[in-house]
Amino acid sequence: MADYEIPKLNPELDVPEIPALEPDKMAGLKPFVAAPAHQEPLGFPGELVDNWQQVAIDKMGELLGKYRSLQVYLDSCVKCGACTDKCHYFLGTNDPKNMPVARQDLLRSVYRRHFTFAGKYFPKLVGARDLTEEVLDEWYSYFHQCSQCRRCSVYCPYGIDTAEISMAAREIMDAVGKGQKYCNEILGKVLKIGNNLGLPEPALVDTLEGLEEDIKMDTGVDVRLPVDVKGAEVLLITPSADFFAEPHIDGLIGYAKVFHQAGISWTLSSYASEAGNFGMFIGSYDTMRKAALRIRQAALELGVKRIVVGECGHAWRVAYSFWNTLTGVGAGADDPFGQMLQKQLDPRYPQPQHICELTSDLIDRGALKLDKSANDHRVVTFHDSCNVARATRMGDRPGGQFEIPRKVIQSVCANYVDMAPDTIRQNTFCCGGGGGLLTDDLMEIRVKGAMPRMQALDQVMNENGVNTMASICAICKSQFSKVLPYYDKPMHMIASVHQLVSDSIILGAKE
Amino acid sequence: MSLLTVVFALLFYVATLILIGGLAYRIRLYAKTPAPLKIPTMPAPTTKSGVVVRMASEVVLFNSLFKSNKWIWIFGWMFHFALLLVVLRHLRYFIEPVWTWVVLIQPFGIYAGFFMVLGLLGLWARRLFVERIRYISGPSDHLILALLVAIGVSGLMIKFVFPTDIVAVKAFFLGLMRFDLQPLPTDPMLLVHLLLVAVLMIIFPISKLLHAPGIFFSPTRNQVDDSRERRHLAPWAAKLEQGND
Repeated sequence: MADYEIPKLNPELDVPEIPALEPDKMAGLKPFVAAPAHQEPLGFPGELVDNWQQVAIDKMGELLGKYRSLQVYLDSCVKCGACTDKCHYFLGTNDPKNMPVARQDLLRSVYRRHFTFAGKYFPKLVGARDLTEEVLDEWYSYFHQCSQCRRCSVYCPYGIDTAEISMAAREIMDAVGKGQKYCNEILGKVLKIGNNLGLPEPALVDTLEGLEEDIKMDTGVDVRLPVDVKGAEVLLITPSADFFAEPHIDGLIGYAKVFHQAGISWTLSSYASEAGNFGMFIGSYDTMRKAALRIRQAALELGVKRIVVGECGHAWRVAYSFWNTLTGVGAGADDPFGQMLQKQLDPRYPQPQHICELTSDLIDRGALKLDKSANDHRVVTFHDSCNVARATRMGDRPGGQFEIPRKVIQSVCANYVDMAPDTIRQNTFCCGGGGGLLTDDLMEIRVKGAMPRMQALDQVMNENGVNTMASICAICKSQFSKVLPYYDKPMHMIASVHQLVSDSIILGAKE
Repeated sequence: MSLLTVVFALLFYVATLILIGGLAYRIRLYAKTPAPLKIPTMPAPTTKSGVVVRMASEVVLFNSLFKSNKWIWIFGWMFHFALLLVVLRHLRYFIEPVWTWVVLIQPFGIYAGFFMVLGLLGLWARRLFVERIRYISGPSDHLILALLVAIGVSGLMIKFVFPTDIVAVKAFFLGLMRFDLQPLPTDPMLLVHLLLVAVLMIIFPISKLLHAPGIFFSPTRNQVDDSRERRHLAPWAAKLEQGND
C-alpha cells in the first residue's frame, strides 16, 4: 500500500511508547513548492528571491516586533524536555526533529545568531546557526510536518506554542518566495471565488438542489438548503468540504434538518461559502483577515441576525478566537461596516455560534424530537479536534468545547464510549492532517502522525466494540477517511456529529 | 583597601547593572510587543482573576510540567523551591537588622542548599542519560547546570568545610550598597562562590534564564478566554482597518 513503514499499534498502551531516535528520517519529505501563480495573488514573491537570506532575517525581525508570542517563546525555552514525547509526528516517525523543542530550535538557532548577544558572539555555545540553504530546506521539511495542533503548548511549563513558531516560519518562507503549494493555491481560490474548492455559485446551487432531492427521497420531507436568501435569520458558514465530501455531506444534511425542525430560517452564501481559513496555517494575519472580511460582507448583504459556523476545527478557532479581532463579529468593530453589522446581529445569541451550541440549545429546549434507536447499531466514540479542544470554547463555561459535542452525541446515540483520558479533551491527539498538511504529497507524515489516535481508537474498538468515531472537523474527517484503511480499519467508521443527529431526528414531528 | 576587594566590588557593581538593566530591557521589550490575537491554551479562565490563579499555579506549582513529566517536575520543582529558600536565607547579608522571618528560615535554607544541588544533579542526569533530552541539549545547557551546581557546592563548602568570616562578608556587601568599600575576606572558596554568582547575574538576561520573566508574558497562559465578548486589537492591526474595504 505504501513504500514506507506503517507504524505498529500497541493496544496495551494508552499513549504510544517513546521511540528510539532515528535522526533525519523525515528530512526528505517536503510538500510541493508553490508556483508563481499560487504565490503572487497573495502578495508573495513568485520564486525564491535573490537576497533571500536578508529578506528572511528582515521578516523575522518584523515578526518579532509584531508577535509577543514569537519573541517570548524564542527566548524562554530551557530545553527541559517536557514536550519531547508529546507530538504525534514524533511518536509516529521517530525523527527527533519532530519533537516540539527540536522543531522550534530550527528557527530559534537562526534567531539566536542574528538577534541575541550570545548567538552573535558565541554561536557554538548556544547552538546558533547562519541561515543557509540547508537550514531553509530543513525549515521547509519540518515546518510542514507540524499540524499546529498545540498539544505541546499544554505541557510546556511556559506555554510555548510550537504553532506560533511554525506559523512564523511559514510566513518567513512565503516572504522569500518559498511557499507551500497546497495552502497558497487554496487561499487564492477562497479570495477569488469564495471557497477552498473554487466551486462557483452555479455549481454550489446545483449541488445543494441535488441534496434537497436526496433528502426528499430519503425522508419524504422538503428540507431546504438555501443559498443567498436575503433576510434569513442565520447565515451558516461551513467548510466547503461539507458540499461534496463523505462523511461531511451527511453532517450538512444534519444541519439542514436541525434548522428545518427548529423552524429557523437560514442561508448559505455563495460569496462566502467557506468556513476554513488557511490564512491561519501560513501565519498571515493579512490573508486571514481578507478571507474573514468576505464573511462579514456576506452577512451585511444578506441582512442576517446570526452567524453560525459548521463542523470545522480550525475554522472554529478563527471564528471563535479571531473573528472579533479581525472583523468585529462578536463585540463589534469601530469602522462603519463593523458598526452596521453590530446593529444588525441579534445580541441574544453568541456571535459567532457553533452549530453544536445551537443544536445543544435546541435539544435543551425540547425543540427537536430525537429517536436514539436510529443509532442503535453504532457504538460511538468522539475524536476531539485539536483546534476546537485547545484553541476555542463552546457555551458559557471553560471545557464546553468537550461537553457540548458529547452531549449532542449522547442525545442521539445510546452507546457512547470515550477513548483513553490522555488522548482526549485537552490532551487530544491530532488526526495527523491538520495545519495545511491535508495533501497527497504529505501522505507519509499524515499516515505516521495518525498513529497515536489510531492506537487509542484501536483500544476502544477491541474493548468496547466501538464502530463509529464522530468528529466535528472537516480536516479530521477527510484525513481519517484516508488513513483508517492503512491501519486496517473501515474508512466509513468516521462520522460527522450532525450525521448522527440527522439519522435520529424525527422530521415533521412538531406539525 | 586590597586590589581583590576593589576587583570584586567592581565585578558586583557591573553584574548588578547588567542583571537589572538587561532584565528591564527584556521585560520592556516583552511588554511593548503586542499580542495581536487571542491564543490562550484552552480551556482557559474567563476572568482576569482566573488568569491570576492559572499563572500562580504555573509559577508556584509548575502545573503544566506536572501534567507532562513527573521526573522533570520533581527535580525542577525541588531545585527552584530550594533556590528560593537559599536566596531568602542569603538576605541576611544585605539587611541590618535582619528581619525576624529571615532569621526563622535560616535552618531551612541550609537543607535547601542540599536539595538544590540534588535537584540540579537529577536534571543533569536526565540531560545526560535520556536520549531525547540529550539530543536537544547544547553546550550552554550543560554549562548553566555546571554553573549552578558549582554555586551550590561552593556555598555548602563554605558552610561546612571552609568557613569564612561571614561578618566581614556582610560588611563588604553592606558597604557595596552604601558605596563605602569594606575589605572582603580572601578565602578561596568564598571567592569562587562569589565569582560564580556574579557570572550567573551577568548571563541571566542574555540566556535561557529569561524564562523567569518570560512566563508572565506567555500569551497562551496569561490571556483571558473572552474573545467573543471583548474585542482584542493590536495597534498595528488597527492600522489595517483605516481606509477599510
